[in-house]
Amino acid sequence: MNYSNLFRIAIRALLRNKLRAFLTMLGIIIGVASVIAMLALGEGSKMSIREEMSSMGTNMVMVMPNSQRRGGVSLGSSGSMALKYSDVTALRNEAGSITSVSPEVRASGQVIYGNQNSQTTIYGISEEYLTIKKLEVETGRLFNSQETKSMAKVCLLGQTVVEDLFGENVDPIGLSVRIKNLPFQVIGVLKEKGESGMGQDQDDMILAPYTTVQRRLAAIDYINGIYASAVTEEKSAEAIAEIEEILRRSHKLKESDENDFRIMSQSELIETVSSITDIMTLLLGAIAGISLLVGGIGIMNIMFVSVTERTREIGLRMSIGGRGKDILWQFLVESMLLSILGGILGIISGYLIARLAGSLMDSPVFVTTRSVVLAFVVCFAIGVFFGWYPAKKAAGLNPIDALRYE
Amino acid sequence: MKNIIIEIKGLKKDYQVGEVMVHALRGVDMKIDDGEFVAIMGVSGSGKSTMLNILGCLDKPTGGEYDFDGVNINTLDRDALARLRNNKLGFVFQAYNLLPRTTALENVELPLFYNNKIRSKERKERAIAALESVGLADRMKHMPNQLSGGQQQRVAIARSLVNDPRIILADEPTGNLDTRTSFEIMELFQSLNEKGRTIVYVTHEPDIARFATRNVIFRDGRIQKESQVNERLYARDMLKSLPAEEFDEM
Ligand SMILES: Nc1ncnc2c1ncn2[C@@H]1O[C@H](COP(=O)(O)OP(=O)(O)OP(=O)(O)O)[C@@H](O)[C@H]1O
Ligand SMILES: [Mg+2]
Repeated sequence: MNYSNLFRIAIRALLRNKLRAFLTMLGIIIGVASVIAMLALGEGSKMSIREEMSSMGTNMVMVMPNSQRRGGVSLGSSGSMALKYSDVTALRNEAGSITSVSPEVRASGQVIYGNQNSQTTIYGISEEYLTIKKLEVETGRLFNSQETKSMAKVCLLGQTVVEDLFGENVDPIGLSVRIKNLPFQVIGVLKEKGESGMGQDQDDMILAPYTTVQRRLAAIDYINGIYASAVTEEKSAEAIAEIEEILRRSHKLKESDENDFRIMSQSELIETVSSITDIMTLLLGAIAGISLLVGGIGIMNIMFVSVTERTREIGLRMSIGGRGKDILWQFLVESMLLSILGGILGIISGYLIARLAGSLMDSPVFVTTRSVVLAFVVCFAIGVFFGWYPAKKAAGLNPIDALRYE
Repeated sequence: MKNIIIEIKGLKKDYQVGEVMVHALRGVDMKIDDGEFVAIMGVSGSGKSTMLNILGCLDKPTGGEYDFDGVNINTLDRDALARLRNNKLGFVFQAYNLLPRTTALENVELPLFYNNKIRSKERKERAIAALESVGLADRMKHMPNQLSGGQQQRVAIARSLVNDPRIILADEPTGNLDTRTSFEIMELFQSLNEKGRTIVYVTHEPDIARFATRNVIFRDGRIQKESQVNERLYARDMLKSLPAEEFDEM
């Protein structure tokens, strides 16, 4: 049989039973669309989390005091007080694998302007902090070393704080706010940063010199953390090792002593988070796999349900001179056409569903080639196999047996 | 001396049904010449359909020899048998076996789709000619469910004719039809036979058998009796003799 005949026969057979063709295709469409939509959502949220974490600086290294308990015994106050400003100085002077380093002292409390107030966190920092955490000053300026030295009551506000206190259309620079009842002069406003990957508002913050926060607001002599930038992201591990060595030395820890601090790098954190989102994608993939299976079973059912009618059709085709391979080719072409068409429609609707769900859930979507290929190949294989297999069985019968099949 | 189209010797067909062996054909010898018009008769279960299916290469015998047009069928593989059915055989079924939701024209075209040598233009022309020859020129675009039983059977006959076969085999072609429609089908067969077409058909009704030139009677898987038809009937005359009120439509 020549190819044009083959296609004509297959297309006529499909058109002859549009409902059956449509139902078969529907199975494929559902299978492909759900896989693509699921994976697009999973992939999209993974990407966005990763992106936001990178926006905080992939080469950032954090040092926290180790407040872990060991053997049921608290390490005591020394745990959370382990870090001192002298550690920052030591790192600044000795560590070659980091470019900048800043202390962090946190105080939380109420900030008041006029009759407006807001509960927020005040971060006491040095100037390098902004570079390390990729923060930017939008208007105004950063405090200088003179102000740090003199524990000046100056501050920079995050966008959320600005909105809470001043509403819109007010330039807060030069105005005075009260933080924990102390008057602070606003010298700058930070650029908006949005939510972090963890859903934390990164604009709900006030920055001030660490000396001011440490002495005037928190009244402590230690610091809560140290932030540093490794030379490059790849050098993060090296930086961690170097920081550990320097801090152990400056803390005068003995060989047998455990670290009284913890060091984490942003790149490690990104890895941890993306492994979590990988699991999420896997889960969504499993759900998608199930819908693929359901779609596949749908295809199978339709194909098998129509087998009686089609076996007689095959018997008739053989009785008027169709050879086994003519019949098989016809069914193969039929199921390939259905699978391809269904696959394409599935890809389109999967993409649209992902977009819709993404905008409803306000999460990004990302359709990967991998998911498209996977969904298409699996559905195509199922569609073609179950279109072809009953035909193969029927085409192996004597024409008269196929004709009499019931 | 006429050409022999079909020659069978000691043809046997056994069916294994569970433990039991059914002997549908127990050794049949028969010859059919070119241009013959043969009716096969016999009680139910005597093996007529089995016989005709084997003659039409729709089924395989379990024993004996079958030569069709000088070729021993036993030597042919499945594809060769399909080609033979496509080129030289026309089969008409009791149940018509038209493809549903497919126009009369497309049903008749179907055998030619499996013939590589025929282009689409010729295919269409031949299908139209075949439908015209069975008197259905005005029903080409009709689906089977829009046709009467007699019309469906005529579409099936047109389909069996379209490849210009050496022989037409028909298993109870009038089995589902009323008397008048049966006569119309037989009239069609008779006129085809007059033009030289070889036809073999199975029937239960002695009247219908008398339209043929030769009768073969089966009993219990064997030929019980063979005879030339003495007082042959002509369907055209029979139709005229039917009560007038039935002649409302042709
Ligand atoms: N596929 C089959 N499997 C088993 N036995 C069969 C099969 N086909 C036919 N037979 C048996 O073979 C015998 C002959 O059957 P066949 O159909 O040839 O009879 P027939 O003469 O055509 O009868 P009828 O006039 O009722 O159509 C019967 O006894 C039947 O039961
Ligand atoms: Mg029968």
